Amino acid sequence: MSEPKPQKRQFRAMEEVMKILFLVCGMISVGFVLFISIYLIISGLPAIMTIGPIEFLFGTTWASTASEPQFGILPFILTSIYGTAGAIIIGVPVGFLAAVFLAKVAPPKVAAVIRTAVDLLAGIPSVVYGLIGMMVLVPAVRELFGLPDGASLFCAIIVLAIMILPTIVSVSETALKAVPPEYEEASLALGATEIETYMRVSVPAAKSGIASAVVMGIGRAIGEAMAIIMVAGNVANMPSLFSSVRFLTTAITSEMSYAAVGSLQQQALFSIGLVLFLFIMIINVLLNTLLKGNREK
Amino acid sequence: MNMKKVLSIALAGMMCLGLLAGCSNGTTTASTTPDDTASTAPTQEQTATLSGVVNTDGSTSMESVMGVLGESFMEMNPDVTVNYNGTGSSAGITAAMDGTADIGLASRDLKDEETGVTQITVAKDGIAIIVNPQNPVADLSVEQIAQIFKGEVTNWSELGGSDGQIVPIGREAGSGTRDGFESITDTEDACKYQNELTSTGEVIANVASNPNAIGYASLSAVDDTVKAITVGGVAPTEETVLDESYPIQRNFNFIISDSKELSDVAQAFVDYATSADASDLIAGAGAVPLA
Repeated sequence: MSEPKPQKRQFRAMEEVMKILFLVCGMISVGFVLFISIYLIISGLPAIMTIGPIEFLFGTTWASTASEPQFGILPFILTSIYGTAGAIIIGVPVGFLAAVFLAKVAPPKVAAVIRTAVDLLAGIPSVVYGLIGMMVLVPAVRELFGLPDGASLFCAIIVLAIMILPTIVSVSETALKAVPPEYEEASLALGATEIETYMRVSVPAAKSGIASAVVMGIGRAIGEAMAIIMVAGNVANMPSLFSSVRFLTTAITSEMSYAAVGSLQQQALFSIGLVLFLFIMIINVLLNTLLKGNREK
Repeated sequence: MNMKKVLSIALAGMMCLGLLAGCSNGTTTASTTPDDTASTAPTQEQTATLSGVVNTDGSTSMESVMGVLGESFMEMNPDVTVNYNGTGSSAGITAAMDGTADIGLASRDLKDEETGVTQITVAKDGIAIIVNPQNPVADLSVEQIAQIFKGEVTNWSELGGSDGQIVPIGREAGSGTRDGFESITDTEDACKYQNELTSTGEVIANVASNPNAIGYASLSAVDDTVKAITVGGVAPTEETVLDESYPIQRNFNFIISDSKELSDVAQAFVDYATSADASDLIAGAGAVPLA
């Protein structure tokens, strides 16, 4: 009778230890998020204050190493917004229709092949996208549109659109598959064709899942740097479709390695990081609200 | 009297060795007789292997040169560590002034207001102006190059080439090559680039793929995929850089503080870098050696 007791106590102690271990592991990610947020705010704010928030956010000239340096990041902000919007406009319809095809129309064998291809696409490192974009897409755009140089916002949009495809396809597909079969059966029973059923019944039923796919695509596109630095040309112009442009992300990567430690230039790059961080935060909040809405249904 | 003197020197030498032994890992043996120490002490000092750390800090353009010099110096002196920190020429000069680095590295000459430090030129670097091999233009003056990069001349036909809009390709702000090119051609802050790339390789790849492009790159990096044009009739080669007839070139300098004396090991490294022994290595790293 006395034997099980210490064993029980041992189990309980083990239980407590494991609980603490889990707690510590959970706190690690919280800790890193807090650390990064605080670090970005501390190192990003001084330059914004020195330059002036209005001048920093709405200035149209970026000349960080000029004798009279100017730090206006409006070109970067607009480029990031246009680039992401462009990628969504091209990537979402293609990805969405592919998801409908995979979830509803395709025969299982074909779907398996396509799904593998999409997964592989997701696994390609972004630098490879950039490299192929630089070697194939940029010269092709130059020839096709008769431009002096192909590196442009347009190329970046194409690369980003391809990069966000896997996210959009897989998240939308999951959402479409979660639609209860009764809905579709009822629709078919009432005489609707298959396509009508998918578009009028399945898609509206999965709409919040599809919306979160779009938001995740935006998150991926706005944070990408490596692929687009190789195809966008990197000049701090105000954006237009066929001009050489610089994104928020590429503005940081292209100058960080050479910025003198502690200089206003380096601090301003941290400030760009802070702005980018805020953008991504907003997108995440949006994503969470969407997912919540999804769950409440 | 004489014997006493020798003995006292020997004893002093032993005491010094004892002090040093305290610093080292205690491998020195204390069994040497006074006579032995007296006779071997001076020679030991001469052949003593160098040990210590040389901290260098500065120009990113000098990275490859510093890489080979540091590597071979460390090979010859296994107890020496040569550190390189690529922070940029201005930061390197500041580091030499502040004493945070033994040797500052600058791919430009000192400015008048940068006092308290001395420069030692270890190598020269030519910046080649490169165009696509299909481009018929083979020679430009420095002014023409400046006009192209400032956007004042925009079509190759104005320079005797075929009709086509010129695509000026440059490096990102802060790059040593960009700084060198812009200061030599007097186009600082005035360049209108179509493309700002983050490495020499990317510049060459872009110029090689675009028939209307013009760019600049370190002389050593230029390969057959692009055409290096002559500037004012002078082709960029090692000889023309060395005799200073090729205009677009700059110095690779060691920056040394006037107030703080160099450590023995840092001095030995400077001597080595400026000696004839190092010239093959410097040439191999793409710069033009002086010695």
